[in-house]
Amino acid sequence: MAKITYREALNQAMCQEMERDDRVFLMGEEVAEYNGAYKVSQGMLDKFGPKRVIDTPITELGFSGLGVGAAMAGLRPVIEFMTWNFAILAADQIVNAAAKMKYMTGGQYDCPMVFRGAGGAAARVSSQHSQAFENWYANIPGLKVVMPSNPADAKGLLAASIRDNDTVIFIENEINYGDIGEVPEGEYIIPLGKADIKRVGSDVTLVAHSRMTGYALMAADELAKQGIDAEVVDPRTIRPLDEATILASVAKTNRAVVIEEGWRFAGIGAEISARIMEKGFDDLDAPVARVTGKDVPMPYAANLENYALPSVAEIVEAARVVCNRA
Amino acid sequence: MTTKNQQENQAGITQEGRFYSAERLHAMHDMMLFVRRFEEKAGQMYGLKKIGGFCHLCNGQEAVCIGMEEASEPTDYMMTSYRDHGHILARGSDPTAIMAELLGRAGGIVGGKGGSMHMFDKEKNFAGGNGIVGEQVPIGIGFAFASQYRDDKRVSITIMGDGGVNQGAVYESFNMAALWKLPVVFVIENNQYAMGTSLSRASAETHLYKRGISFKVPGIQVDGMDVLEVERKMTEALEHARSGQGPIIVEMMTYRYRGHSMSDPATYRTRDEVDEWRSGRDPIVRLQKQMIEAGLATEAEFKQKDKDIKKEVVAVAKAAEAQPEPDLSALWDDIITDEIPNAYPYPRQVG
Ligand SMILES: Cc1ncc(C[n+]2csc(CCOP(=O)(O)OP(=O)(O)O)c2C)c(N)n1
Ligand SMILES: [Mg+2]
Repeated sequence: MAKITYREALNQAMCQEMERDDRVFLMGEEVAEYNGAYKVSQGMLDKFGPKRVIDTPITELGFSGLGVGAAMAGLRPVIEFMTWNFAILAADQIVNAAAKMKYMTGGQYDCPMVFRGAGGAAARVSSQHSQAFENWYANIPGLKVVMPSNPADAKGLLAASIRDNDTVIFIENEINYGDIGEVPEGEYIIPLGKADIKRVGSDVTLVAHSRMTGYALMAADELAKQGIDAEVVDPRTIRPLDEATILASVAKTNRAVVIEEGWRFAGIGAEISARIMEKGFDDLDAPVARVTGKDVPMPYAANLENYALPSVAEIVEAARVVCNRA
Repeated sequence: MTTKNQQENQAGITQEGRFYSAERLHAMHDMMLFVRRFEEKAGQMYGLKKIGGFCHLCNGQEAVCIGMEEASEPTDYMMTSYRDHGHILARGSDPTAIMAELLGRAGGIVGGKGGSMHMFDKEKNFAGGNGIVGEQVPIGIGFAFASQYRDDKRVSITIMGDGGVNQGAVYESFNMAALWKLPVVFVIENNQYAMGTSLSRASAETHLYKRGISFKVPGIQVDGMDVLEVERKMTEALEHARSGQGPIIVEMMTYRYRGHSMSDPATYRTRDEVDEWRSGRDPIVRLQKQMIEAGLATEAEFKQKDKDIKKEVVAVAKAAEAQPEPDLSALWDDIITDEIPNAYPYPRQVG
């Protein structure tokens, strides 16, 4: 295994899939000559040429729709959003077209494509550039939502998403792009819909995805010092959700904290805690706790931004509460 | 299309140097009349509450549907808005399946999942049937992109209305199509109204064929009430796109006789205006006159033809109505291709 960054792992996944299937192409703003706004597509133009690595005008709705049409016509588009904040302009094509095409056409047209890009809070970019949207897309039948939390998952999940025959919303994390981790060389695939236990523990289950997985692991280290043994579960695929792994963990620990960067109201944590209540009620020794972003637009000032986001301390505190140790 | 364009010395009509054989003229006429009668039947079935929801008829616009189809190759892609019955019928899809779709039956062209607004027929390269105004336009350039990617010379015929042309996505599409010389013909069906809003109340530039100027997309205006002109101009436009010169806009001047949808009494326009188009410029009557003048048919023949077609449409409606509704299990079909059985929401389950 090689130690590479999260962005290099994504790059490897795309190159791997483009080498294997000439229907796959990458399209988005600055993906070709600039090598990607976050350098995820570094070197891909040189490798695959301008026919398959395509710079677009700043026209999210248009090139997303182009991707939908190309997918319907039998290609396998990977559409990069510079960040998911800008994908709102393309929401019609994602929600009204891609997600519904198979159903609305009575199964005649598939829409096998990946919409991918940076999501979640970035650093010091204020309200319009720092937000989590996974719950928007996870609400919609016809879509799959995938969010890797480390380099190895980034490679394996993106490759699986490109091979998948449905529309996949692949949300990367801007702050994680530089993270380094061990990543298997050569072809590497992680099946969608499978959670991963990032840390085994027995006292409390911390469910966290994307950047919050790292926070949960840090919180688990702190909790260990305080004599609480936390298990960290990373769903990796948000929709559909491997709830069996979460429920099995809660059956063991009897306590759960769900962590997400996004807003609390109707968030991913709301869904997961509802499922634990519906399916694992008898296993619970305490109400499920949620740690989420504060219910405010993201501010710019460093101290306010910090305060708006979930913190390791908040996760530790929530875990202590559900363990009756507060 | 040269294969359809027969040689001279044979009965037919020559217009602007282009020859149309009697056989071909009859086929075009019959199809226009079939679409007209089919739409009337649909309107009647709607009145009987057998068809639900929105239902947008294309009476008056038949020459656009049939002329375009005549000019195109079966492998060319076509996509349009919710006013889609005429186009998909012209493409040659099964009328019974289309009527069954209107009735929400199992044998509907999309299995009863779409209804009037969402007609698709992949085999005929007909890609909808879109209910979001303008949404099909970026999708249309996506099909053109795929054609260019595979170099298979297929053109994407991307149709929108005079209202739809004001969507931002249209201009994003004009730009990319021109930038990359995508093989697409943008057809604007200018039927003068978007619901109750007349063209001049919605558009600063009412010559819609000029809307591509800032993107270097050329445009032409066509009498959309003349099926032969539509065929001719569309042939040129398709040739332009197919030969690698990039996109072109074709503005079809046309008119819808009925309201926007079945619930629209169309009080925003005068009876005189409707009559002017309906009696003065009707595409079916116009072709009939031309054919009679050329000695290719008689009034009596057309009367008989109309009777036959009406009968045919009645049979289609009957066959469609005889079909069962979709099985309840169909609710869960065709949402996801690669289902993940052990993850929530579980395929085919309520909770
Ligand atoms: C995005 C969007 N906005 C509004 C509507 C409601 N709507 C349906 S049809 C229509 C008018 C469109 O007119 P036009 O493009 O001229 O097509 P026509 O109905 O004349 O064929 C409107 C506003 C819609 N379906 N989608
Ligand atoms: Mg109109």
